[in-house]
Amino acid sequence: MAALDDTQVKDGVDQETVDAVREMAGPYKHGWNTDIEMDYAPKGLTEDIVKLISDKNEEPQWMTDWRLQAYERWLQKKEPDWAMLDYPEVDFQEQYYYARPKSMAEKPKSLDDVDPKILETYKKLGIPLKEQMVLAGVEGADEAPAEGRKVAVDAVFDSVSVGTTFQKELESAGVIFCSISEAIQKHPELVKKYLGSVVPVSDNFYATLNSAVFSDGSFVYVPPGVRCPMELSTYFRINAENTGQFERTLIIADKGSYVSYLEGCTAPQRDESQLHAAVVEIVVEEDAEVKYSTVQNWFPGNEDGTGGIYNFVTKRADCRGDRAKVMWTQVETGSAVTWKYPSCILRGDDSQGEFYSIAITNNYQQADTGTKMVHLGKNTRSRIVSKGISAGQAQNTYRGLVSMHPKATNSRNYTQCDSLLIGDKCGAHTVPYIEVKNNSSRVEHEATTSKVDDDQMFYCRQRGMDEEEAVALVVNGFCKDVLQALPMEFAMEAQQLVAISLEGSVG
Amino acid sequence: MALPQVKQDATEARLAATDRPAKGAAWAETARDAALSRVRSMGLPHRRDEYWKFTTPDSLVQPDAPAAAVHVSDETNTFDEVERLHIVFVDGVFDASASDELALEGVNIERLADAVSTDIHWAKDVYGVLELRGQDPVARPLAALNTALASDGVVIHVTGKASKPINLVYHHTSDTSDAILHHVIKLDQGADLTVLENGPAAARFNKVMEVDVADGATFHHVRTQGRDHERRAVTHLFARLGEESTFKSFTLTANGALTRNECVVELTGDNAAAHVAGACVGDGDFLHDDTVFITHDAVNCESRQVFKKVLRNGARGVFQGKILVKPGAQKTDGYQISQSLLLDGDSEFDAKPELEIYADDVACSHGSTTGAIDEDGLFYLRARGVPEDIATNLMTLAFLAEAVEEIEDESLRNIIVSRLEGWLDRRLG
Repeated sequence: MAALDDTQVKDGVDQETVDAVREMAGPYKHGWNTDIEMDYAPKGLTEDIVKLISDKNEEPQWMTDWRLQAYERWLQKKEPDWAMLDYPEVDFQEQYYYARPKSMAEKPKSLDDVDPKILETYKKLGIPLKEQMVLAGVEGADEAPAEGRKVAVDAVFDSVSVGTTFQKELESAGVIFCSISEAIQKHPELVKKYLGSVVPVSDNFYATLNSAVFSDGSFVYVPPGVRCPMELSTYFRINAENTGQFERTLIIADKGSYVSYLEGCTAPQRDESQLHAAVVEIVVEEDAEVKYSTVQNWFPGNEDGTGGIYNFVTKRADCRGDRAKVMWTQVETGSAVTWKYPSCILRGDDSQGEFYSIAITNNYQQADTGTKMVHLGKNTRSRIVSKGISAGQAQNTYRGLVSMHPKATNSRNYTQCDSLLIGDKCGAHTVPYIEVKNNSSRVEHEATTSKVDDDQMFYCRQRGMDEEEAVALVVNGFCKDVLQALPMEFAMEAQQLVAISLEGSVG
Repeated sequence: MALPQVKQDATEARLAATDRPAKGAAWAETARDAALSRVRSMGLPHRRDEYWKFTTPDSLVQPDAPAAAVHVSDETNTFDEVERLHIVFVDGVFDASASDELALEGVNIERLADAVSTDIHWAKDVYGVLELRGQDPVARPLAALNTALASDGVVIHVTGKASKPINLVYHHTSDTSDAILHHVIKLDQGADLTVLENGPAAARFNKVMEVDVADGATFHHVRTQGRDHERRAVTHLFARLGEESTFKSFTLTANGALTRNECVVELTGDNAAAHVAGACVGDGDFLHDDTVFITHDAVNCESRQVFKKVLRNGARGVFQGKILVKPGAQKTDGYQISQSLLLDGDSEFDAKPELEIYADDVACSHGSTTGAIDEDGLFYLRARGVPEDIATNLMTLAFLAEAVEEIEDESLRNIIVSRLEGWLDRRLG
């Protein structure tokens, strides 16, 4: 990655971002773990554990009941087996469902009181000091002058949200951005109204599990007509061993509002696989727009396929009002197993859904990911661009649904999914479902599978690039459509990730 | 895993409704027993099965065939004008008096019943064998049911170039006929045969054709599925292709309450080519399902799937196509297109075009589009004085052309085109 050191920093790009990106060169960077004293709930999942999680978060009775109902439903559900994924059975009783740094039991008063190990963790992850203070939960840190760029961050460390930055400034714009546990306390009417309204309690096995045991996550409410003054971001970190992370994100964009949301995640390198089952619900009202970008970089397991995160995620956006718009962009480079289908319900007339995805699998990684575009309203539009790259012994599947209901007249869908194979031991698969129930709509689907073009490689090699650099360049070009859909700073990080994820895939 | 009770019951009820065919040679009984236990372990399809997501199999599975009125038509048989050897089945039973003598140069033709009672017969290596190969990775229980219960069909051994095509003609005369036919075709090295099929066959028709194509052999298949509005059919075409062999199949379907055509092709020899195409026109209470599974298991093979459907008045079309490229099947060229034209708002098209690829040096692509007739094209024709209904027919024919062009033989292609034109004109009445 030598080339990056000479990069001229353009105006408007934060030096910090550049440094962070520079840091990312090399294999999985976030594989270290922090030795922090943790409070664990006992291993396994029972009704008592669900009650305990609810209790630890000091939740009202209605929330506890909601969780218990989900738990009951979960007991009756079977783990889905239709995805092209092959992994050892997950023992749901061998997991910890709640872990919290001991030092977080009481809020520290100043930076000096914060467990230095947590601070160290965030420093290592490249989160700026001011944000470190807030994330560490230092009281009053929010008033301290901010430096550089403004991105409000909510950080989730194992089971709990450790802090949210820029809350005050967002508040003045009317935006609520806090952890979901805080929202349950402070804005119960919003949570009650929207939680589970996009992804119902018993939607699927993992979402039901999440409903029962989610310990924290982020909550966003953007009031009517408000353009959120800064990008919102959540940072997820799994640190403790044998701990599942079950975060729940709820985003509500009220009429005519706009918000851009970023999500990032990492986990330490461990030999045992860990579970991650998140739910993201997005409600988009009339004329509102939400952009949701993810760079998923959970630990993918080592070169022999040992360890790594099992990532079973349910993400869904509901365009409830007319002209609502939602855009999912995802760069999936991590996790040993990915099971994830960010979806759009296009209910309002003229609403729009977009899905841009890059999924890279290397070594023994497996990804089964895609989207669902459910067209219910008239003149609805959707666009799917999916780029799958498979290297090593990895398996990469695009699985998607485009459905045009009889009343969704004059709607359009365009789908393009391309797969790139690097090496003859990996696999790339495409499983699209297309259901069209009216004739004024047009649905187009295209897919190709190919290998890295010899001519392009030759061209790059001739100009002195080594093979790995050349592959990274070609792959970045292959992913261009999606990378361009990412927010600027994220895009840089993603480009680097693309290169890093493919390290060791050639030669 | 034990079958759900509901599936087990439906399977047993269906098996009880049809008598087992007369006892044959030991090898045939072994094949039938094995197929029967396959049916029992897989269970017959249920509407919740993933592979039957878009097509409800109930009427194909229920013990007795749902009644289907015989369609009265002044139409001649599709291939009457072709110089061919024709073999007639009436409601699924061979009709010797209506058929030509089963003799053709370069070809040996027998009835299934005769072949299976011969102790030593080459059909042992094909009968139920290709069907079994086609059961993995997706179960096709109705094909196994056919292997277990079929009592009629033809067994064809091609040793050279057949001097003319063989035409299998299926007549439908009884409202409640329930036909099961099983054909076995083996092409020796370098052999060449064209099989033509036409007719509605029965109120309910379950047909399996197993085609073993040896190195360098060529097999052409053109069929039309008749216009009986109420008939139901499930057909399976299993093919195994050797080195440098060619397999081309085309199907034209018009109406019928339910048609499910499954085509399972395995490319096992290098440089082989498989083309599967279909054109279908559906009007009213009609469901047409093309389910294709092509496996590339050799180097430098080519496969094409071209399927076009025109639907109106609530007709439904389904396409499930898959290209599986196994590890090592390098230099594969796989192409798949499924398109449908919805002439009105009641019609529906469901598609699941799949790719599963385990080799890197391949070029595979698939496309699928659905939409209404092109307004610009229609306007162009109307502006030149073509009445709207004729313009629609012209556009429909043009839309179907890509699939029809997959028929290599020009005279056969012309027959299909004129038949198609006839059907479209008739509707204008």
